[in-house]
Amino acid sequence: MYKIVEARFIGPEVKLFRIEAPKIAEKRKAGQFIILRVHENGERIPLTIADSSTKDGTITIIVQGIGGTTQQLNALESGDSILDLVGPLGKASNIENFGTAVVIGGGVGTAIAFPTAKALKEVGNKVITIVGGRSKDYVILENELNEICDEVYPTTDDGSHGFHGFVTQKLQELIDGGEKIDFVLAIGPIPMMKAVADVTRPLNIETVVSLNPIMVDGTGMCGGCRAIVDNKTVFVCVDGPEFDAHKVDFKNLTNRNHMYSIQENVSLEKVKDHKCRVDKLAEKEGMK
Amino acid sequence: MSELTNKERMKIPRNPMIEQDAKERASNFKEVNLGYTEDMAVEEAQRCIQCKKPLCIAGCPVMVKIPEFIQLIADRKFAEAAAKLKEDNALPAVCGRVCPQEEQCELVCIVGKKGEPVAIGNLERFAADWERTHTGIQIPESEKPTGNKIAIVGGGPAGLSCAGDLVQFGHDVTVFEALHEIGGVLLYGIPEFRLPKSIVKEEVDGLRKAGVKFVKNVVIGLGETVDELLADYDAVFLGVGAGLPYFMNIPGEELNGVYAANDYLTRVNLMKAWDFPNSDTPMYEVKDKVVAVFGGGNTAMDAVRIALRLGAKRAMICYRRTEAEMPARVEEIKHAKEEGVDFMLLASPLEFLGDETGTLRSMNLQKMELGEPDDSGRRRPVPIKGDIEKIDLDVAVIAIGNGSNPIISRTTPDLKVNKWGNILVDETNMKTNKKGVFAGGDIVTGGATVILAMGAGRTAAAAIHEYLADKSKW
Ligand SMILES: Cc1cc2nc3c(=O)[nH]c(=O)nc-3n(C[C@H](O)[C@H](O)[C@H](O)COP(=O)(O)OP(=O)(O)OC[C@H]3O[C@@H](n4cnc5c(N)ncnc54)[C@H](O)[C@@H]3O)c2cc1C
Ligand SMILES: Cc1cc2nc3c(=O)[nH]c(=O)nc-3n(C[C@H](O)[C@H](O)[C@H](O)COP(=O)(O)OP(=O)(O)OC[C@H]3O[C@@H](n4cnc5c(N)ncnc54)[C@H](O)[C@@H]3O)c2cc1C
Ligand code: SF4
Ligand code: SF4
Ligand code: FES
Repeated sequence: MYKIVEARFIGPEVKLFRIEAPKIAEKRKAGQFIILRVHENGERIPLTIADSSTKDGTITIIVQGIGGTTQQLNALESGDSILDLVGPLGKASNIENFGTAVVIGGGVGTAIAFPTAKALKEVGNKVITIVGGRSKDYVILENELNEICDEVYPTTDDGSHGFHGFVTQKLQELIDGGEKIDFVLAIGPIPMMKAVADVTRPLNIETVVSLNPIMVDGTGMCGGCRAIVDNKTVFVCVDGPEFDAHKVDFKNLTNRNHMYSIQENVSLEKVKDHKCRVDKLAEKEGMK
Repeated sequence: MSELTNKERMKIPRNPMIEQDAKERASNFKEVNLGYTEDMAVEEAQRCIQCKKPLCIAGCPVMVKIPEFIQLIADRKFAEAAAKLKEDNALPAVCGRVCPQEEQCELVCIVGKKGEPVAIGNLERFAADWERTHTGIQIPESEKPTGNKIAIVGGGPAGLSCAGDLVQFGHDVTVFEALHEIGGVLLYGIPEFRLPKSIVKEEVDGLRKAGVKFVKNVVIGLGETVDELLADYDAVFLGVGAGLPYFMNIPGEELNGVYAANDYLTRVNLMKAWDFPNSDTPMYEVKDKVVAVFGGGNTAMDAVRIALRLGAKRAMICYRRTEAEMPARVEEIKHAKEEGVDFMLLASPLEFLGDETGTLRSMNLQKMELGEPDDSGRRRPVPIKGDIEKIDLDVAVIAIGNGSNPIISRTTPDLKVNKWGNILVDETNMKTNKKGVFAGGDIVTGGATVILAMGAGRTAAAAIHEYLADKSKW
């Protein structure tokens, strides 16, 4: 059992948890994730380690409640426990001093990008962050990012906060403004990551995305998390989760993430039968 | 009871296993084989002629004292029979169920030369089940604590049998397992209807009571490395299995509906997806669908029989050779046929075809014929030109084998592996090239059998025990 020592909402349906897991806190590196199972009949789901404290022996995860399991998780409070939690999994992010790095987070993707942004800053990059959300409330971790990054640009689809528009428009604006960008990390809904890749490809800017396929074991055993990168099959849990954005087959990733749509609906109904699911899908998939 | 002559013994027909009716069982996940009654077991035990030089023992990878345990059953000393089995086999209830006996102990049984061999596997299962249901699993006495600490990586049959022996020798043993439950393939691969999970759990509990410590949810290599384990433990055994599914590398494998067998089996067995939505893990819709499983081993048979139980309207095996070459246990093939599995032999898929949403809809299946023998002496299947059939298909399960998982070798660069990533060992003692590190089971041999993995675990345990007596020698 893994005890939750802190739990609080930081955005609509987005909850931050600090969980006791001293061994993972000690080992984990930016870009790695855990897999957890909330209860005996629970599903195993992957979540990025957003932060950790070796002093407290805790790891931080930030969860967007979009489906059955994430909503069960988000119903937990400080003092509750999680049945199973394994990690760190996956390869750590490749952290180098590229020069100027732009880190782009969309929705809960910001939480996934956060530890890597921090690590990029620590090795001397100039780090510019673009954090996108549907509206003001959906922009998360802005203050935390402000503390560690050189520049932070919130963007909202409805203009309620920061730049009015998509993260890619802000990125284009930076490029057009003459910012010499050496490296881009984009994490968020698949259409967003694809859009970023499309912006940086013609300019030959090294761009990395973090893929989020459906996983089971997270150790390379099941093959369920496979994706196509550079026309080859990769297992995201052991070969990734980060890959060269210009080589990822996003269409296939999108399709595969819908493999269990029918069943996911049933699960969600079970957990909560209110709140229109279409809403949530739109939220997860973000921009059109 | 008067003593039977050998002639009389040989006249007794082999007791068939009692099975659930084929029609009925094809739609439930309950165990297919129901086991012997006490009287059947005693009668079957009487068929053994108690050879002076029993060939059967040499046929068993862990050298179970077969005539001795069988005699105890004949004498109705069932508890003693179970104890005798455990002298050599840490998981008799499991092996009695899943060993390919017909290729091992029973293959060489002398009674089998004229008629059918003694049903050694069924008797093994009987004795183990009797103990479990009548007295509970008995824990053998361990030696005095030695103070030596051993780390076992992987909670499959190799790791479990190694742990079982080492704890008997009085060592302090900890098993580290990546998943949230202990058992390896016994839990996530082999389905409930062949090996009830409660049996695996009870056997694992037995080891726990004997003193083995289990730590779940730890991936060695990503969390602690093998080198870090060596700093805290006197020896390390790697029994991490061969869990890295192979694909066929044909077009369309990325489509929704195309599964690696491990994904499909893990969802159903470990995550209980058959019980969705009571269990949260979903399973792709199989009910009233057409399912094809590619391969001819135990994994393929398990996958296809699961498809039937999930309500598939057609469940087929596609195998590129003939039935004679199928590596699956004879009993599994027989059961699959009885349950209504369609066998498409001499057939190999060319491509999977999908629709615009990336969902599997059909496949092109190439028909084969047997050509010249290949290196293995088996006749090589060759495509019959132009004989290609398009078959509508909803679910495809690829069960053509597993490679070795790279996590340990990537994070232990000085550990020697072969070009397939299998850890290299001295097979007489399971020592790797790295001092203090032993390995065994599927990670060494590639996908093999439960009992071979257990045999390797035992060999390693004996060698570890010896090494701990004098660590200057390697
Ligand atoms: C390496 C990795 C790191 C991740 N880190 C985080 C994180 O830090 N915070 C966080 O909130 N989420 C993260 N995710 C996504 C998270 O795992 C999924 O949101 C979760 O599994 C959904 O489970 P569910 O039962 O709640 O929803 P489901 O009912 O399974 O899914 C609901 C909807 O989400 C879609 N979906 C299913 N699986 C995924 C997925 N893996 N990613 C995106 N959409 C999916 C479905 O198509 C469906 O539309 C990560 C995923 C991966 C692979
Ligand atoms: C579907 C199926 C059916 C089968 N049917 C039969 C049968 O009928 N009869 C038969 O004899 N054999 C059968 N086999 C083969 C048999 O199950 C295997 O040969 C046997 O389980 C191998 O045992 P093992 O201990 O080497 O590995 P495994 O059983 O694979 O166990 C390895 C364990 O190590 C864990 N692990 C892996 N990496 C790490 C790590 N880095 N850190 C911590 N833990 C780790 C894994 O999660 C796993 O639990 C079947 C196999 C399959 C897949
Ligand atoms: S362990 Fe397997 S091979 Fe050995 S006696 Fe038992 S059934 Fe036969
Ligand atoms: S070979 Fe057959 S008959 Fe002889 S001891 Fe073994 S089981 Fe009995
Ligand atoms: S999650 Fe099973 S192989 Fe990646």
